[in-house]
Amino acid sequence: MSGMTDAAAGIEPAIGLVPTEAKIARREMLGQLVRSKTFIAGAVLVGWWVFWAIVGARLTPDDPLEITDAILIGPGAGHWFGTDSLGRDVLSRVLAGASDTMKVAPLATLLGIVGGTTLGLITGYFKGWVDEAISRVIDAVLALPLIVIAVTALVALGSSNVTLIIVIGAVFTPIVARTVRAAVLGERELDYVSAAKLRGERAPYIMFAEILPNIIGPIVVEATVRLGYAIFAVAGLTFLGFGVQPPAPDWSLQIADNYTLLNAGTYEWTVLFPAIAIATLIVGVNLIADGLQQVLDR
Amino acid sequence: MSGRRASAAARRPGWRTVIARFLLNRLALSIITLLLLSVIVFAASQLLPGDVGRNVLGPFASPEDVAKFNHEHGVDRPVWTQYWDWISHFVRGDLGTSLQHNVPVGELLGPSLVNSLKLAAVAFVLVVPLSLLGGTVAALRRNRVTDRVITVTGLSLTAIPEFVTAIVLIVVFGVVLGWLPVSAAAPEGAGVFTQVEYLLLPSFALVAVLFGYIARITRAGVIEAIDADYTRTAYLKGLTPGRVVRRHVLRNSLLPTIAVVATQVGYLIGGLLVIEKLFNYNGIGQRIYIAAQAKDFTLLQSGVLIVGIVYLVATFVADLLFSLLNPRIRYGAAE
Repeated sequence: MSGMTDAAAGIEPAIGLVPTEAKIARREMLGQLVRSKTFIAGAVLVGWWVFWAIVGARLTPDDPLEITDAILIGPGAGHWFGTDSLGRDVLSRVLAGASDTMKVAPLATLLGIVGGTTLGLITGYFKGWVDEAISRVIDAVLALPLIVIAVTALVALGSSNVTLIIVIGAVFTPIVARTVRAAVLGERELDYVSAAKLRGERAPYIMFAEILPNIIGPIVVEATVRLGYAIFAVAGLTFLGFGVQPPAPDWSLQIADNYTLLNAGTYEWTVLFPAIAIATLIVGVNLIADGLQQVLDR
Repeated sequence: MSGRRASAAARRPGWRTVIARFLLNRLALSIITLLLLSVIVFAASQLLPGDVGRNVLGPFASPEDVAKFNHEHGVDRPVWTQYWDWISHFVRGDLGTSLQHNVPVGELLGPSLVNSLKLAAVAFVLVVPLSLLGGTVAALRRNRVTDRVITVTGLSLTAIPEFVTAIVLIVVFGVVLGWLPVSAAAPEGAGVFTQVEYLLLPSFALVAVLFGYIARITRAGVIEAIDADYTRTAYLKGLTPGRVVRRHVLRNSLLPTIAVVATQVGYLIGGLLVIEKLFNYNGIGQRIYIAAQAKDFTLLQSGVLIVGIVYLVATFVADLLFSLLNPRIRYGAAE
């Protein structure tokens, strides 16, 4: 990580433009990110799956949904990753399997971040009984494992991608709110907040226009960390049957469909490759989060 | 320093009172949290769609039978009466009757809870020493290759869903090597060792999820202790490195680790729905999952509340340990 402190020295302002302080800071940050091995490794992994989520079945070697007679063939020349119990090509299904997770997890994260930031700003800014009451409820909810809350809510609401987004977003809201609240508590005593108050600004303006821009760093880090957890949660809930339904080539769904085959003592390729796919995506997201954190925390 | 220590010692008779007050405070907070939780759980299970009697009796039951069922099970009464009825019986140990199985809820949840505790215990026994060791070694070899390997492996494993890790473990140890059973449910009447053997694979998956998390906290605690003045003093006094680490560093760095381990107990007892399904294991998570799907809300709400209680008890025990082990709370809280 050495050599990052003198990053500013290497950046020349564009000709004819006098960059503002914020712009320089942003460019400096980007420069640090690009030089962070952790960030680049994560970006490559995530980029690979984003690519496949976009192109989907159009570029896969076989049709991921096509049922054939060639069932449960081991990995080999014809099918690099083998075929599943319906004779579908596992490699094609793994490559096409990113799309649902890639839709649900980011949207759920976005929902949780927006809700949690709002809630955190309110509780942190007002303190007093509003904060106390909301914090009690948050503590009570967080006494339960995330997945228990999610399963109860999903049974109540019915399972689909939309409810999955809403439920995960809702569960994330209090967790994000905690982080944002802590950041707000540090900011609210600073002079610029007092100045805004003395100018007669109203509370929503101070919260969203004054405090929020100053705590964007921790919120961005929280968002990437949450995205990792969102993929985690989507994978688990889809495995339990609450997400996208068969015959979609989703990774967790492939595992759920095929794991009982392992009792036979073979056919491991039907579940191993989707498992590795989930692992690479999540590790990628976490590497990005790690890289961001290192750059934003300094 | 010595003056301060003497004055703290003079106040020493008060430290029990201080701890007692601290713990009473935490206890009161836990009870409030629990009450709130019970209301939330009850409200959530009321949200489950559909008529209870209709769900249980099926689409072909006559409307009269459905009304009779609802009346017998008291689900046609006002919501607050039902809540009071549930919670007042719950605190007396009467969890009601399962709507789906028509047997006392306690009979269903009891064995599942025991199963969950067994799995959690095995995972716990494996993960705590392992992550303490890993975290300490990483801290002592800070920023070197060993540290990077432990930290990066730990964090990656933590982020990967437990059933994904479990699949890889099953394939390696269960299928390719054939060393361990691929299910977690031991045969009826199996001895302790056989039961533990069946629980090893799911436990490994849980170890993978928890190791990075606990080790990271331990590492941070150890580093803080290494950098502290008292550690330097201990070295300068001429103590051997081993003695410094054991007596000064580890003792201080264990505190945050205890706190973070406690926060994972709720997950270990109630949050393993996915692992339990994958290994076909009848734990409390599996019970909650099935109850939620069957809309068996007497079973569901008591099961969920028990998971909440386990979590709150665990955090309370952690607070207790924390205050007993931490001289700063013992002495400092009085100031």
